[in-house]
Amino acid sequence: MRHATPEIQRIYRRRQMANRFHLFMSFFGMVFGLFWLGWILWTLLVNGFEALSWSLLTKPTPAPGGEGGLANAILGSVMMAGLGTLIGTPVGILAGTYLAEFGRRGWLAPVTRFVNDILLSAPSIVLGLFVYTVFVARMHHFSGLAGALALSLIVIPVVVRTTDDMLRLVPDSLREAAIALGAPRWKMIVLVAYRAARSGIATGILLAVARISGETAPLLFTALNNQFTTWDINAPMANLPVVIFQFAMSPYDDWHKLAWGGAILVTLSVLGINVAARLLFRQKNS
Amino acid sequence: MSPPQVHSVERTSGQGGKVRVVASLGDRFFEWLTRGFALLVLLTLGGILLSLVVTSAPSIKAFGLPFLWSDDWDPVRDQYGALIPVYGTLVSSLVALLIAVPVSFGIAIFLTEMSPNWLKRPLGTAIELLAAIPSIIYGMWGLFSFAPVFSKTFQPFLISTLGQLPFVGPLFQGPPLGIGMLTAGIILAIMVIPFISSVMRDVFELVPAVLKESAYGLGATTWEVVWKVVLPYTRAGVMGGVMLGLGRALGETMAVTFVIGNAQHLNVSLLAPGNSIASSLANEFAEAVGDLYTSALIELGLLLFIITTIVLALAKLMLLRLGRREGMKS
Repeated sequence: MRHATPEIQRIYRRRQMANRFHLFMSFFGMVFGLFWLGWILWTLLVNGFEALSWSLLTKPTPAPGGEGGLANAILGSVMMAGLGTLIGTPVGILAGTYLAEFGRRGWLAPVTRFVNDILLSAPSIVLGLFVYTVFVARMHHFSGLAGALALSLIVIPVVVRTTDDMLRLVPDSLREAAIALGAPRWKMIVLVAYRAARSGIATGILLAVARISGETAPLLFTALNNQFTTWDINAPMANLPVVIFQFAMSPYDDWHKLAWGGAILVTLSVLGINVAARLLFRQKNS
Repeated sequence: MSPPQVHSVERTSGQGGKVRVVASLGDRFFEWLTRGFALLVLLTLGGILLSLVVTSAPSIKAFGLPFLWSDDWDPVRDQYGALIPVYGTLVSSLVALLIAVPVSFGIAIFLTEMSPNWLKRPLGTAIELLAAIPSIIYGMWGLFSFAPVFSKTFQPFLISTLGQLPFVGPLFQGPPLGIGMLTAGIILAIMVIPFISSVMRDVFELVPAVLKESAYGLGATTWEVVWKVVLPYTRAGVMGGVMLGLGRALGETMAVTFVIGNAQHLNVSLLAPGNSIASSLANEFAEAVGDLYTSALIELGLLLFIITTIVLALAKLMLLRLGRREGMKS
């Protein structure tokens, strides 16, 4: 720098300024992202805690102006999410097993992996539309079962992806050890590979559950809604997201309040499941 | 293995042969079982496409190709065209990308180059939290919290500044309603930031340290390293992340439905209410009466599915390209 001419010093200064400016903008981007997170959570907590009460959990959805809670919607959501997971998980695990264990040669595994990644981000409303055309339109009525099927279509790609990833992390020496002991391949996969990948696959299932717990779009024209409590999966079924949607879009203040109560229930459970999944995964990895 | 064991191996080899036949039956069954489910996943994509094409056939027959550019959407006269929802979907997603891409780039730079190590994990988790919040929450927050503030502060400001300029002016004119295309675009941007920034962060971390260190050694500033070394190296991956975000934004339903205004008018102004494919479906499908109405809505869904599938396939191909180059080096 001692010999630097004014011209060169100007260039240095310009580069320094450009550096500082862009790094400040990066910092600003981070703040920008956190700002919205803070605002959304703040709004949710303020409005949600005000709406939380015991009757929210015990009473069914009311008519406008009436007293009530969200009990039927909570029941419906839990039932459909549970059933969707029960349908989607085995399908996802078996398909993922093929990709990781048998699909090392040939075209089927890479193509399926590619398609699965597309399904992973496919618009959930289209999945609802699909279930409507192949199931609801045939049965001529909306039902909780159709809702569960639509949700299982969201579960499957998530579970396929994590099963595939986690099985591929299992070292081949483990597989070879089992085969060398004379175990047939299916026994090796079920008793050795699954066991080694267990917590990773469980994490994937939990993440899938978290995702479907807050999904609204695929339920709009599969499960629809129901004002009453029902255990019948062949009837239209109330569920938290759709009730929140209808109540929030309504002009009634007491319905808005219930919608906020539902919103905080959904968000807390989704975030809770997410945290549980992360903890499970981290525990395994450390 | 020591030599004496040769004997015992020979002794069991006859039995082993028998066991092997049984085992391979089990193996064959298990392989076919898993292959069947893999095929099922593969066929789902085709099945969705096929079922949507079949059920939208009445509308495809009735309106033909002009469906794509007709702005007529009138359930009373049974006339349908896709222009308004398609326009709304594309414009709101474009607005979202214009905001989300630079912000996500900044977040990725901050997390990979600037942040102290102990802050990396909590900040990264916080941004990922944005992706975990259900979309209906974004919608409620947008309608009840963001839109009122937006219409009182930022929108009047936009109208009085950008709205007065030539060329871009018409985009920012009209009454400050709070809801509309711009609001939908901003909320979509917040929703896709975690997706784009996490892909960017992941691909930035693939850049070999030697490359960056050489640039630093030559006296480059942090920004110069990012712009001239990291970004060119990861260009395909960054584009893949952006396309992934675009795919998410195009198909997002609930958040958009709350704030886009659901108006079947074509309006140049971004402040005016509009409609998107997903929000048309969410609002109208369950109440649609008549086969043609239903099938026109399903045709909209088909369009959305085709657009997002193409975008997501491109995203995946770009990410694979970067991955392959990485694979060849290591």
